Amino acid sequence: MRLNRYILQDICKNTVLHIFLLTVTISCLFPIFWMVRSSLMTNQTIFVDHSFFPGQLNWQNYAEAWVKGRFGIYFFNSIIYTVSVVTGIVVVSSMAAFAFSRLYFPGRDLIFYIFVAAMMIPLPGSFVPLFVMMNKLHLVNTRIGYILCMINVGLSLSILLLKTFFDKMPSDLEDAARIDGCNRWQIWWHVALPLARPALAVIVIYNSLNVWNEFILANLLLNDKTLMPLQTGLMAFNGAFQVDYPVLMAGLTMTAIPIVVVYLMMQKHIVKGLSSGAVVG
Amino acid sequence: MFSRADIRSSIKVTALDAGKNALFVLPAVVIFSTFYIYPFFELINLSLHQWPGIGPKTFVGLENFQELLSDKVWWLSMWHAAYITLIALVFQNALAFALALACDREIRGQKFYRVIFFIPPVLSEVVVGILWNWILNAGTQNGEHIGLLNYFLNATGLPQLVHSWLSDPKTALTCIAVVHSWKGFGWGFIMLLAGLQTIDRQLYEAARVDGAGSWRTFLNVTIPMMIPVIMVVVILTILGSMQVFVLILSLVNQGLVYHTEVPVTRILGSMQGTKQFGYACAQAVVFGAILVMVSFSFKKISNLAKQA
Amino acid sequence: MKRFLTFLCGTVLLAASGCGQASKPANQIEVWHWMTDRHEAFATLARQYEEQTGIKIKLELFAPSDTYTQKITAAAQANVLPDLYGILDKKSIVGAFIKAGLVADLTADFEANNAAWEKAMYPKALDVMRFSAGNIDEVKPGIYGAPLDVTNIQMVYNKELLKKAGITRVPATFDDFLAAIDALKRVGVAPFVSGFGEMWIVDCFASNYAFNIMGQDKVMATFRGEVKYTDPDWVKVLTIFKTLADRGAFIDGIVTKGNKYAEQDFALGRAAFAFNGSWCVNVYRDMNPDLDYGVASLPAMDQSRPVRSWGGAGSSLVVNGNSSNKDKAIAFLKWLTAKEQQAYFAETTNNLPANRDAGTAISPVLAEFSRLVEHTTHPSIWPLNEDPLVIEAFDKGIQAIIIGDKTPVEIAEQVQSVKERQMKKAAK
Repeated sequence: MRLNRYILQDICKNTVLHIFLLTVTISCLFPIFWMVRSSLMTNQTIFVDHSFFPGQLNWQNYAEAWVKGRFGIYFFNSIIYTVSVVTGIVVVSSMAAFAFSRLYFPGRDLIFYIFVAAMMIPLPGSFVPLFVMMNKLHLVNTRIGYILCMINVGLSLSILLLKTFFDKMPSDLEDAARIDGCNRWQIWWHVALPLARPALAVIVIYNSLNVWNEFILANLLLNDKTLMPLQTGLMAFNGAFQVDYPVLMAGLTMTAIPIVVVYLMMQKHIVKGLSSGAVVG
Repeated sequence: MFSRADIRSSIKVTALDAGKNALFVLPAVVIFSTFYIYPFFELINLSLHQWPGIGPKTFVGLENFQELLSDKVWWLSMWHAAYITLIALVFQNALAFALALACDREIRGQKFYRVIFFIPPVLSEVVVGILWNWILNAGTQNGEHIGLLNYFLNATGLPQLVHSWLSDPKTALTCIAVVHSWKGFGWGFIMLLAGLQTIDRQLYEAARVDGAGSWRTFLNVTIPMMIPVIMVVVILTILGSMQVFVLILSLVNQGLVYHTEVPVTRILGSMQGTKQFGYACAQAVVFGAILVMVSFSFKKISNLAKQA
Repeated sequence: MKRFLTFLCGTVLLAASGCGQASKPANQIEVWHWMTDRHEAFATLARQYEEQTGIKIKLELFAPSDTYTQKITAAAQANVLPDLYGILDKKSIVGAFIKAGLVADLTADFEANNAAWEKAMYPKALDVMRFSAGNIDEVKPGIYGAPLDVTNIQMVYNKELLKKAGITRVPATFDDFLAAIDALKRVGVAPFVSGFGEMWIVDCFASNYAFNIMGQDKVMATFRGEVKYTDPDWVKVLTIFKTLADRGAFIDGIVTKGNKYAEQDFALGRAAFAFNGSWCVNVYRDMNPDLDYGVASLPAMDQSRPVRSWGGAGSSLVVNGNSSNKDKAIAFLKWLTAKEQQAYFAETTNNLPANRDAGTAISPVLAEFSRLVEHTTHPSIWPLNEDPLVIEAFDKGIQAIIIGDKTPVEIAEQVQSVKERQMKKAAK
């Protein structure tokens, strides 16, 4: 009898829990579902038909969006930017964080705090100075210029997270490596980086999202449409196709899908990465 | 008291070693000083000038800052950002915490939920803005509501709640805060969940043996163990929410009178609308300084909490 | 892992390959513009030009226009503007660009061959880029840009919805308009939509009535500080918004509506009247080809004066004064504004051509717009403009009136106090 009551209580608790979780799930998925659904409708039905599944599926909206939005080249660019920037951030920030955590040199802590403080300075104010600077370096309208700029944007938080991680990393392995005759660089590459893999996963996903979804700096620093990333293409597309909502929705869906897929592939590393000490502990 | 890293740092290193060590931060420092420090000094320099964005700059000293002090709209915008941040801190993080707690239990579908809750942060602000603009739309067509929220309210028998969500000063800012929280709670959720999973299960066990109920366990075990994570989430929430603006532009355009102004939209407005670049730079400097102060004081608090 | 590393190296190399700015090819003209809706037609013309002359036209679009302006400002500062571009700003900023040497003086080109180019253009359109003698910006008098099309901003009405409400005559007076609003409300149709979430439209609407109520001279006198914003005439202008709001003329959510969304509303028959520019013909056609609508000027408050709405050049391009391809850029601009190209541009984008000889078969609705061009005015052809901070206070104030935050008198006082502060600052 007693046992049954516990089971009953448990079932009740779980049901309440699931209802709560499912509500949030629906709120997360509904706008996305609606976007996909609307992308398959026609201009005539989109605002009047509130049914969940449109009778006729207009797949040609996607073809139209792809061709008219010239998404091919933008996709290509966004992939290049995302991969390069994230690689750059991983290398540069892990080196810096490793030094901030493990290697001493004068002024170290001061430099670290400057990095952290930089996260708080709002970007819009410095558009013009930034552009002038980039131009002096002949980096305006170049891929490498935009990449370096985006590396800089992601650097502060990445260094902060990695330093926190390195601070808590036991130094036994490192000491062993040192005894084996490894120098700093070898320790960083062979010991620190592999151990930091979970934290790096977090940095990779965080920065991938940032770069994939960025459009303000891209618009400022790049001129040629052959160099532009996806989101700037989406902005122009939004301007031109506001009148054609289904095609706009198809465009939105297409730009969102790749990053959602990357996330789904990476997601099991994220919690692992976070819980293994990048942020936590 | 000292972590190992601290001990090592206090060891005297030779100049050569220090140089070799410093090489590690060189790339970061070079990139950083080029793309951040230099523009930052330019920003400060510009903030001392009057300049319409083109042509000669007039040096005005601290006049821009003086004007800023008495600029009511600017401080109002600061309050709005604080309001959005407050909502994000309380509701978004409470929601994130509740969800994380739920997902930390051994329940079915835990992995599924974990995947779903992080989808909104994955979407770009442009996409989120366009979608929510549609959801919150106040218009009607042939007597039917276009906005999904109003349509839903009407269809579920709550027509009295139908509302011009984004153009009523009473609801506009809150709507913005809600959409922002919707987009952002996934981050808090995932970090807090990660934090919960690092808590040693034996601690819970021990608390149960001591006869503590689940509420007591939560207060005495979970919360103290989670304080560092909560602090990180709080700081990141503050930074993210204070600087929100793309979402605002796509939801309410150039703003509902001054009811939806936040510092960043004010900075953009001073640059693009009224062509006062110097003033915009002064706003950026002040805003940055305030954020630095807030974040570091939180860090101080978190350090104190850690020691306590 | 190895495959991944190869992929990584590949992309990074690809990225690096784009670096190093190529020196500008002599046979290429770079154009930056913001006209998302006209990009296709523009691109077609550029290709044609390339085929005819062998000169490559590099056409780059930046959207939305805020971003475009940001880009132009930054590029001006670094002196890397393209050969051809547009300045989406008030006249004094254009003047500053000219004084900085960033805009070429086209006067000689316009006046060459017995002023053939100048004569081909609608004077109204050209005036926007003209600085007359003794202009307040102290720019050397002359013509500094060429218009691509002519626009004007008017009221459009949905014929079907008016009929539904039993309105037989398009309202010509303000009282007619109020009666029409009541009639539309009775049949459950939202009377009026416009992109009042964008300040310039609010400003345009108010300015039309200011000209109608007090005439240009008094408006200019206000800008000079001789007439106060608390003057009954200005209060009357502000009161229009209160009257309309109280009658329920505005569609729900008008104060945060972007013009794109407003266009959507009108095209789909969600409102009977709209206040929009002549470019809307193109937009409405794309959105709803069956829309039956007409064009009228805003209903006048004062019948003795015509309502003067904003109009003139839609989009103008200027030639970079520092461009090494200046002559080629001017030649291209000349070609763009020539008869045939203008006819094509106007026809495909449903805009009014800036070239008067390009008499194309324009649609009936567009013809209605074109008839109203005569009564247009534009801030760029006024002798002086109001301080931007005062404009901001004025436009935001109107929003506040619409949502019932403030009364017209309160706003008038507020605007006047901003005006006085700005004048004190300017005097310093």
